[in-house]
Amino acid sequence: MGKTSVGVLGLQGDVIEHLEALHRAGLAGLEVKTREELQRVDALIIPGGESTTVAKLLDRFALREPLVARIRGGMPTWGTCMGMIVLSTEIVGMPDQPTLGVLDVAVLRNAFGRQVESAEVPLDIPALGGSPFPGVFIRAPWVERVGEGVEVLCHLQGKAVMVRQGNILGTSFHPELTRDGRMHRWFADWCMRAKSAA
Amino acid sequence: MAEKGSTGTIKVKRGLAQMLKGGVIMDVTTAEQAVIAQEAGAVAVMALERIPADIRAAGGVARMSDLSIVQKIMDAVTIPVMAKVRIGHFAEAQVLQEIGVDFIDESEVLTPADDKYHVDKHAFTVPFVCGARDLGEALRRIAEGAAMIRTKGEAGSGNIVEAVKHMRAVRDEIAVVAAVPAEELVVRARDLGVPLELLKDVARTKSLPVVNFCAGGVSTPADAALMMQLGAEGIFVGSGIFKSSNPAKFAKAIVEATTYFNDPKAVAEASRSLEGTAMPGLEISKIPQNELLNVRGV
Repeated sequence: MGKTSVGVLGLQGDVIEHLEALHRAGLAGLEVKTREELQRVDALIIPGGESTTVAKLLDRFALREPLVARIRGGMPTWGTCMGMIVLSTEIVGMPDQPTLGVLDVAVLRNAFGRQVESAEVPLDIPALGGSPFPGVFIRAPWVERVGEGVEVLCHLQGKAVMVRQGNILGTSFHPELTRDGRMHRWFADWCMRAKSAA
Repeated sequence: MAEKGSTGTIKVKRGLAQMLKGGVIMDVTTAEQAVIAQEAGAVAVMALERIPADIRAAGGVARMSDLSIVQKIMDAVTIPVMAKVRIGHFAEAQVLQEIGVDFIDESEVLTPADDKYHVDKHAFTVPFVCGARDLGEALRRIAEGAAMIRTKGEAGSGNIVEAVKHMRAVRDEIAVVAAVPAEELVVRARDLGVPLELLKDVARTKSLPVVNFCAGGVSTPADAALMMQLGAEGIFVGSGIFKSSNPAKFAKAIVEATTYFNDPKAVAEASRSLEGTAMPGLEISKIPQNELLNVRGV
């Protein structure tokens, strides 16, 4: 069995930050910008960025269908901030913005406010154990409603900011902007288990 | 946001710029233009009263935009909204922070308010972007608290040559700093007029500690692809979109060329889709010396 390779959707956003975090977690990262590159990876991260921009580019470059097919086929997938918005089934108050509709949650964009409200907040994430995790929230969304089978793994101010449904993980915050590698290692373990089960 | 949270940290200021990477930031003067930009796939808009080509044509003193225009643009789009202040005009910046813009551009495109000093950007919660023509300018702005740099180019010229010159200058100077022996750094920091610690960081990481976009002259999809291949992490387009004959098409095509800058086939397709002509360009040598914008605020 080859080394697990994790793609980072490279249309726009903090792609390199995720690739470097994956490298530190001992995984081979690969930027994914085309359908061919998507077929080469075992797992995928959709990074931080602007969801309106990336949603449009996914359609313009015909990446939506192959992406949805891979995710529905069980590929471990993690969306950070913009990534979680793109994976969701609903954006509160913005029915016209397209999403992939694979993670059964309703997200509220810019839920904490504009950029001046962006903040670093320590988070209690039982799944990671140990000390608080450094949460970096940048014009961040939160999860307003979760569907059946969606597990909430972390709350902030009573709002869900980390959710998992089967093979899909979503976080409102940006672990790739910190030097704390626990989230990427946790995702890496998860990807490797998925690969050996396959 | 949170009782326990820290706002305005270096990480969240620089972090917003990181989220914009690989994207295009477009100058807009009305809410309608902002919507066209967002529809085309812009990652942010720069709210202005006049685009640089018109500022250049009008002459006189160019100031921070009318706040009602900025507010209308903020209400019209969901992407981040930036706005410009005059170099050194910290009161204009306080006002923009107060109304909640997401990023402030302390810009040479406006008439400088201070002939010596820039704004102390550490004092603000909102992040700042500043222009630079070389590594020294970039690191001085970062030392003052800039969370993002854009190479200046020559705004409103429709000519890419200055943008290329400034991007190459930054890149080449970083390569030199990374290559020289450590004992040279103190003297080089003195000559550049920058803090030694910042210069050491650049030498170690072979890059600026903040995101670096390019500005000032991008008017076609191929211009955007050129700048991205030269190392820009994203593109500011000022006059290039709304001074072209088909703004919606130009905006979309420049976004596509920025995303797939390494794929000539995609850039060709974007270029073919334009259905119009680019903004008229100016020969830099024909611009009177006292009208050059990029020499302001060094």
